[in-house]
Amino acid sequence: MKRLDQLLMNKNSRVVNIYFTAGYPSLDSTMSIISLLEKHGAGLIEVGMPFSDPLADGPVIQESSRIALENGMNTDLLFEQLKSLRTVSQIPVVLMGYLNPVLQYGMEKFLSMASSCGIDGLILPDLPPEVYESQYISLFEKHEIYPIFLITPQTKQERIHYLDSLSKGFLYAVSSSSTTGGKSGFNKDHLAYFERLASTDLKNPLMIGFGISNNESLETVFRYASGAIVGSAFIKNLNEKTEDFGIPAFMNHLLNKTK
Amino acid sequence: MQSETLNKRPFHSDASGFYGDFGGAFIPEMLYANVEELRNNYLEIIGSADFQKDYQKLLRNYVGRPTPLYEAGNLSKRYGARIFLKREDLNHTGAHKINNTVGQVLLARKLGKKRIIAETGAGQHGVATATVCALMQMECIVYMGSVDMERQAPNVARMRMLGAKVVPALSGSRTLKDATNEAIRDWINNPESTHYIIGSVVGPHPYPDLVARLQAVISEEIKAQLLSETGNPNPDYVIACVGGGSNAAGAFYHFLDAPEVKLIGAEAAGEGISSGKTAASLVVGKKGIIHGCLTSLMQTEDGQIVEPHSISAGLDYPGIGPLHAHLHQTHRALYYSITDNEAIKAAFELSETEGIIPALETAHALAVLEKLQLKTTDKVVVNLSGRGDKDLSTYMKILESR
Repeated sequence: MKRLDQLLMNKNSRVVNIYFTAGYPSLDSTMSIISLLEKHGAGLIEVGMPFSDPLADGPVIQESSRIALENGMNTDLLFEQLKSLRTVSQIPVVLMGYLNPVLQYGMEKFLSMASSCGIDGLILPDLPPEVYESQYISLFEKHEIYPIFLITPQTKQERIHYLDSLSKGFLYAVSSSSTTGGKSGFNKDHLAYFERLASTDLKNPLMIGFGISNNESLETVFRYASGAIVGSAFIKNLNEKTEDFGIPAFMNHLLNKTK
Repeated sequence: MQSETLNKRPFHSDASGFYGDFGGAFIPEMLYANVEELRNNYLEIIGSADFQKDYQKLLRNYVGRPTPLYEAGNLSKRYGARIFLKREDLNHTGAHKINNTVGQVLLARKLGKKRIIAETGAGQHGVATATVCALMQMECIVYMGSVDMERQAPNVARMRMLGAKVVPALSGSRTLKDATNEAIRDWINNPESTHYIIGSVVGPHPYPDLVARLQAVISEEIKAQLLSETGNPNPDYVIACVGGGSNAAGAFYHFLDAPEVKLIGAEAAGEGISSGKTAASLVVGKKGIIHGCLTSLMQTEDGQIVEPHSISAGLDYPGIGPLHAHLHQTHRALYYSITDNEAIKAAFELSETEGIIPALETAHALAVLEKLQLKTTDKVVVNLSGRGDKDLSTYMKILESR
């Protein structure tokens, strides 16, 4: 059984999924961050590939992407770093980024490199599912990389089922119509949306992201989904000056652990 | 005669928004509902008698259309051909941009939207959007790169006087591309109330087709005016400058399927195509995605978008409309790269020979004239897309150094 399927076998997996930008805060911090995250309670990791024009992202991820690129991060270098992934970590790791750098690298070459590093899935928010279906589905299958698609509160029920049918591993639900790193916390509308998703018959486990920055919002999401995705809040708290990047403190706080 | 269906018109977009290999809608799901609503409704709305009645009336009485097609005698003598200037600079607000914003604000109203957002480079599209929003009493927010706000200060003042909120884009090169990113982010965060008016034939489908259709009035008028002036609706050449490419799309539109009309676009070479400071996307670009559109894109080997450069704020976009990428690839249109210096020279030439001060963007189109081998019988239409008032500070610097 694949790592992602195993992780999310139970509805109540309570998986904490952390997103960070590769190459930030420093060029070679990628593997240390992955290893610290696994050690301190992350169940799944999304490694963000920085892009010059991240139009679905708010200020925090824009800034981390800018610095990562300035530090010299690129696709070749990232795969070079990820070569040792499976000697360091055994939890599922997916890559997330914008389509253009992947197309320039070459979709097939990208999937093959990702697969050889032990990457489990790929999230490309600006890859239209229709294009995936008509051009790339067999390549993803060949290299055993799970495609993960996003849904939003505006996504119609019929399209949710379409995106669910193409996704593998999990379906990524964006909690509100916003760029990343927006307002924290959830109101009545959010909860009604989560309720609707929880009662929708989905093929995939559900992970909810956007707007989760503390234990309270994390626990809210766990009531409706198999996991929660934290990105901007984590990046904001990354501290280059300490050896552990401030990761244990952040994770303990997020998970409400008192040690 | 064959009926004009989408598939039989090789230079128009197909149902998915592709012009040959270029176009499409490579957008995150957060934008899907907005774009889908527009895609499902735009053709029906802009084709309706109701919309057309309002649109045509405003173009006539508010914008000042039809704009003249002026046969430029002195310029014609200099280049040994019949040169006609399509005077889009005489539109209200001083450029072709308002053809699009009148149409899109009407469209937004039909879609029930209350709030309008736009990006702007030179400020012409921002002013045109703010103007029509004032007219129709809609809330208006314009994103503009902070660098452009400095070099186009009069247009910033205009927008503010018209009641628009001008928000500086502080990321990247702080120019047009970054303003577009910010506008898209705003739209993601305000999906239901807001309509995004893109100012050029760029962005995800259906924008390139929508904006081209709203600018097509330019070539529609050229045809009628040439017919009455010369007895033939088709010229030998149509020349227009291209950043995203909306004035060129409008000037080319009704000639696309008439192969005897040579179509010429002028891209901004900046300081030269191999200088590293250029905006000539078709020359130095490779196929890539910008703002949801697959097109010819200035980018690094790693697929990061490169910052463009042009002396004209309206042309420094690292991509280009997918229609132009397709016309370039199929050789239906030819594209010249015009340097900053060539454009400045052409701007002064037009001012001195015809008494018309053109926008720096437009000057790129005028600079093509001396590169062509023209015959005395050739009829050449140059789309005079905008007037030069906004560029006076740049022109004054040149005057001082002369």
